[in-house]
Amino acid sequence: MKRFLLPLAAFAVLVGFLAIGLTRDPRDVPSPLVGKPAPAFTLPQLHDAGKSFSAADMKGRVWLLNVWASWCVSCREEHPVLVEFAKTGQVPIIGLDYKDKVADARQWLDKLGNPYTLTAVDADGRVGIDYGVYGVPETYVIDKQGIIRMKHTGPITPESLNKKILPLVAELSR
Amino acid sequence: MRRWPVLLMLFALFALVALVAGDVFAGEAAPLATNEAVEKRLVAISEELRCLVCQNESLAASQADLANDLRREIRKMIGEGKTDREILDFMVARYGDFVRYRPPVKPTTWALWGGPFILLAGGLGALVFFLRRRNRMAPPPVLSEEQRRHAAALLDQSDT
Repeated sequence: MKRFLLPLAAFAVLVGFLAIGLTRDPRDVPSPLVGKPAPAFTLPQLHDAGKSFSAADMKGRVWLLNVWASWCVSCREEHPVLVEFAKTGQVPIIGLDYKDKVADARQWLDKLGNPYTLTAVDADGRVGIDYGVYGVPETYVIDKQGIIRMKHTGPITPESLNKKILPLVAELSR
Repeated sequence: MRRWPVLLMLFALFALVALVAGDVFAGEAAPLATNEAVEKRLVAISEELRCLVCQNESLAASQADLANDLRREIRKMIGEGKTDREILDFMVARYGDFVRYRPPVKPTTWALWGGPFILLAGGLGALVFFLRRRNRMAPPPVLSEEQRRHAAALLDQSDT
């Protein structure tokens, strides 16, 4: 019996590693931008192309940058959560309309509700590259000094909002 | 029969048109040829990079929209005279070391780079250990001294 003990122990360790691996999301790549200043950009606004929006405009405030697009399926899943959350007015949500058509994006917001304080249009996705966007929707929590404090990849769920994002926002707002 | 020369002339005419057209197209394709060096560098760099949308494909092979955009960025940076190092740094600053197929050796990647060698050393160590233990255990003699004598006696008997 003793001779099986060692292989069994090795197998148990392997199973342990694989079990932990299964609970992790391989699509959730940690962003190197967390803890770094949010990349500067100036883009036209969705509802008023004459006006522009710069990341620098938000200095001194805690804010969320939510990257979305009308062609993005998961954004539809996330949208009601954002619309509901925006009603509380706790923190400004700036939308970044990523590689989208202005008409489509406007129609999308008209139909599903607009949770955004304003939306900036990143038509060619160049700002998205600076933010390391690789799968919309993505959400960044940016502090008063303009430092990215958190990146959430994938749709925001009520759970991730209440457990991850809101506690951090509350802490940063203090 | 008299039609032949006409047909021949027509063929000649088509051939001429085809030739001239070919020349025209060849002329249009020329700029691509001068960019060959750029394209080669683009492929060399993007083969080292992972496409984050379809993670098991390189940036060079991926047809994802983001991969197209990133290749466009890299092409632009090559045009601006950036070095390979600078282009890699640009990608790592945005997507992290995960974007590189050969991540740098640093404390967080020691296990990744060293792990296989540690496993190999462990395996070799175990092999040496078991082989030595087996050698130490001398095999028991096949026949005892008495059995051997008995066998010899039997063989002698059969000889006679």
